[in-house]
Amino acid sequence: MFLVKSLTKHFDGIIAVQDVTFTINQGEILAIIGPNGAGKSTVFNLMTGTITPTSGMVFMEKVRISGLPPNKVAVKGIARTFQTTSLFDQLRVIDNLLIGYKYRTRIGFWNTLLHTPAWKRYQTEAFMRAMEMLEFLGLADKAEYFIPALSQEEQKRLAIGIAMVSKPRILLLDEPTGGLIQEETDRITRLIERIRDQGTTVCIIEHKMQMIMGLADRIVVLNYGKKIAEGTPDEIKSNQAVIEAYLGGEVHV
Amino acid sequence: MFTKPFHYNLLYLLLLVAALLLPFYVPDAYIFQIVIMSFLFAIATSSMNLIIGFAGQASLAHGAFFGIGAYGVAIMTKAGLSFWLALPLAALISAGIGAVIGIPSLRTRGHYFAIVTLCFGVILWIVAGNWIQLTGGHNGIFGIPLPSSIPIPFLGEIDFYSQTAQYYLALTFLLLTLFVLHRLIYSMFGLTFMAMRNNEPLADAVGIDPFTTKLMAFVIANFIAGMAGGIYASIIGAVSPSAASHLMTFNFLIYVILGGIATLSGSVIGAFAIPIIMELLQFLGDYRMLIFGALLVVVIIYFPQGFVGGLRQLNQKVVAWRQPKQTEGANVSR
Repeated sequence: MFLVKSLTKHFDGIIAVQDVTFTINQGEILAIIGPNGAGKSTVFNLMTGTITPTSGMVFMEKVRISGLPPNKVAVKGIARTFQTTSLFDQLRVIDNLLIGYKYRTRIGFWNTLLHTPAWKRYQTEAFMRAMEMLEFLGLADKAEYFIPALSQEEQKRLAIGIAMVSKPRILLLDEPTGGLIQEETDRITRLIERIRDQGTTVCIIEHKMQMIMGLADRIVVLNYGKKIAEGTPDEIKSNQAVIEAYLGGEVHV
Repeated sequence: MFTKPFHYNLLYLLLLVAALLLPFYVPDAYIFQIVIMSFLFAIATSSMNLIIGFAGQASLAHGAFFGIGAYGVAIMTKAGLSFWLALPLAALISAGIGAVIGIPSLRTRGHYFAIVTLCFGVILWIVAGNWIQLTGGHNGIFGIPLPSSIPIPFLGEIDFYSQTAQYYLALTFLLLTLFVLHRLIYSMFGLTFMAMRNNEPLADAVGIDPFTTKLMAFVIANFIAGMAGGIYASIIGAVSPSAASHLMTFNFLIYVILGGIATLSGSVIGAFAIPIIMELLQFLGDYRMLIFGALLVVVIIYFPQGFVGGLRQLNQKVVAWRQPKQTEGANVSR
């Protein structure tokens, strides 16, 4: 479904990502893991057009998306969240979701100015979808709240909601549980499982090994910008290269 | 979902009635003239608020676009065109030049955009002062005809010779502008503007093209600024480069900031109250600028959301005080 092919990115001579290739299959949860500075977030940014690759390509359903700006990637059904929780923090919860749904509608200048039937239809549709999303996130009673009034976990849920409200085909999550305690992490994990069960493919970057091993169908491991392993959680657990990357040096069993 | 509480609607209704009846209680022709000008500045200020307050792009060329509209109407009506044709044409020219300036300059961000637009404003002011064949140089253009009369079947016609008629003309355009801006801002279309101001990378990631959105806000704002300038030229009857200068821009900016940035009512309050306060402080001569400067500093430090924002804060405090049990979370509403 989603193909990353020989992706390479140089920053002023520093090789951040080198020749990374992997696929994401329809309906699975693929995790990208690796030590700090392994290039995980850079891969995400390359996949969504935030930065352009030095070489290599990204395909969605055999259509090339590398080289497109983020907003053109998004309308192809690829949604993402950011590592630092990124929200429209001057606006209300509901507004955040409405903005997330905007590209699905044809609400432009003239429709808005003239309040055409199409404008009414789309505005209602967006509102219904946003409310549905709030139910799904468990934030239905906080629609009118401003962002600073939400807890850390609620903000992280909302960030996922902004990405999910437009019904993307694939969701890219960059450390969705960063900075959360175990209990909160478990709740976010269940949310991600429900997203997968609804039929959205998920690609996730995480540090929390225990969580990833239970959640992911497959795992790609990066170290120093290179892919060092790929496989099911069980395969990764026993992979010699992965153990070395995480524990450093030789491992004598 | 964007509705306001009832008592706001009542307040707006009272204000509208007060505005409609103003010609009957205005003390003298001089104050009347200031009120008319305030309305025109309120139109320009509201549109500047769209690009600066709502879309978050610090355009400092707003006076220039006001001037383009003013010169446009002046030149076209002097050439014999009807005001009612010249006004939309001038506004369109203003919007068009806005697009031409916006396409390269909106690729810059933050301070850089402010600097580029400020430069454009200064360049336009210099051009207006020196292109003597077109603009009359520093003397400007005199004898611009008043808006031509509108014939009404069976009832005669509406002419604009009296101050009262000019007042209603300005009021009509102000209400029209506020109606249009209200529609645009309090909808998902307006939310995309605020998304630009708040978090551009996130907006980009959810499929909103930042460049197109900002350009749209810029062009709409400049269209309205040009329209305000056009009416201004026709009512004053003369236009000089000062109407297009960066000082005009900074006046609008002060109205926006003191009135309340990113609020529709703030721009109108700012554009309406400040010229009148300045008029009341006339006896102080140039010293009033000292008071004014101090006021500006105080507002920016203690009420960054301006007069309307300050009122809102106060309102929230009152609500919190009256309902101590419900203050958990945010019971603030727009």
